[in-house]
Amino acid sequence: MQKSKTRFWLFLFPALFFFCLVVIIPTIMGFYYAFTDWNGISDRVKFTGWKNFQIIFRDPTFLHSFGFTAVFAFFAVILVNLVAFFLALLVTRKFPGATALRGIFFMPNLIGGLLLGFTWQFIFTSIFSAIGEATGQKFLKGWLSTPETGFWGLLILTVWQLSGYMMIIYIAQLEQISDSVREAALMDGANGRQMLVHIILPLMMPAFTIGLFMTISNSFKMFDQNLALTDGGPYRSTEMLALNIYQSAFAENHFGVAQAKAIIFLIVVAAIGITQLILTKRKEVEM
Amino acid sequence: MEYSGMRQRRHTHEAILIVIGILLGLIFLFPILILALNSFKSQKGIFLDILGFPAGEFFSATNYTRAFELLNYVQSFLNSLLITVTSTFLILLVSSMAAWVLVRYKTKMSTAIFIFFAASMLVPFQCVMLPLVRFSFTLHLLNRFGLILMYIGFGCSMSIVMFHGFIKNIPEELEEAATLDGCNALQLFFIIVVPMLRTIMITVAIINVMWIWNDFLLPSLIINKPGWQTLPLKIYLFFGQFSKRWDLASAGLMLCIIPIVIFYLSCQKYIVSGITEGAIK
Repeated sequence: MQKSKTRFWLFLFPALFFFCLVVIIPTIMGFYYAFTDWNGISDRVKFTGWKNFQIIFRDPTFLHSFGFTAVFAFFAVILVNLVAFFLALLVTRKFPGATALRGIFFMPNLIGGLLLGFTWQFIFTSIFSAIGEATGQKFLKGWLSTPETGFWGLLILTVWQLSGYMMIIYIAQLEQISDSVREAALMDGANGRQMLVHIILPLMMPAFTIGLFMTISNSFKMFDQNLALTDGGPYRSTEMLALNIYQSAFAENHFGVAQAKAIIFLIVVAAIGITQLILTKRKEVEM
Repeated sequence: MEYSGMRQRRHTHEAILIVIGILLGLIFLFPILILALNSFKSQKGIFLDILGFPAGEFFSATNYTRAFELLNYVQSFLNSLLITVTSTFLILLVSSMAAWVLVRYKTKMSTAIFIFFAASMLVPFQCVMLPLVRFSFTLHLLNRFGLILMYIGFGCSMSIVMFHGFIKNIPEELEEAATLDGCNALQLFFIIVVPMLRTIMITVAIINVMWIWNDFLLPSLIINKPGWQTLPLKIYLFFGQFSKRWDLASAGLMLCIIPIVIFYLSCQKYIVSGITEGAIK
């Protein structure tokens, strides 16, 4: 079949054009701005070398947000995936209402992070304290007003939002484990626990890899929920990386510094993504 | 006797599953339900009886009418709808076109461009947002039109990757036969190829709709006129103004959540399978 070069470029052009306009050009500009004193307002931009990077590695808010995000991602990975796997095991059993439950567990994903953040702000500040009042539980009072409750608040919101999503991935994998494998294990006299540990868990490994990395990458990129739930408060103690970059630019007008932070952010996020790619590809080969 | 014993056990087993299921379902629904409940209470009602049912003097239906006005709901909703539908349509168009030629031309150039698109998915938004705003200002793109162009740029890489994976598995014979029959490139694509892409089109559309409808950060940087604001922008500004007024805020939040729930219930099947495919890809 005759294929012309013109056709190739003609069909590719619209996508390539918009892609270069909003992704490639700004990325290249971004690398340049990271080495300047750009303040977002003035048009005069001076090249300052590695100065911004020296600044951010001495910036306590940035280092704190980095650590906070990493610790958050660690807890989120464990909790989200544990809950998600449990939910998947539950709804793949046959009982009335199992399908409806899938729908309910999945729903929070579709509601935007901003709406969820505000909704949970209401739950943590108003509903929690009312329940605390009614039952005499002191720990339910003053949520989101301390760094610890802010951290757990963000974590609860994330588990609630993400576990339904990961559940869907685990369901897909669980349904691929064929009945004949389960029956063979039962014939050999495996009990429920043995079945889970020796049959189901090993066969679930590819899905766990996906769930693990998606949770890490989601935690690192989290912005809307952070902004709406705690806005980084109290005193920037619950500020995650994306929000820290945002504040550098729009609250402090240090656009050059914000851009340098964004470059570090890019390196971290890309490293996570590439590791995931390598691990999942290797798993596929093994299978 | 043994048989009935087993049946009995199966029944109690099922009952336990149902009880756990109902409890977990309620925990998951609780935040939305309690928000919905309080959206029908007056400010005094929320203050005095936040956990109770909205009844008697605590009941208030005016929260919704006031929130509706304050959010400028019809206009914000239509802005969100216009931006989401137009952007998604254009993303589908340009991405499927690009993915088709990227699959059918097996050259080094086409492989390189494809890898380029795929790799760009690793770039987080925070990395491009500041330069993007700066040159959008220069190019007069700080408006709804500019926003749609940006969604095409940001949405096309993931969409191309998904279309690419799908088209790869369609045999080329049909297209070759159509070419022999005298189809030109446009006819070939729109008459022969597009109808075969129906299922992947739905998947890609849903992923983009959910993302664009809920997106906050990009429109907050690009949209600078009140009349152009989308629902997420409006609700954010609304919260800045009425942060301690949970009577209005809860009704406002419900007004934003309800359309999403309706959309979910009406095409649940496509949404769940679409999002799953998008995640695993």
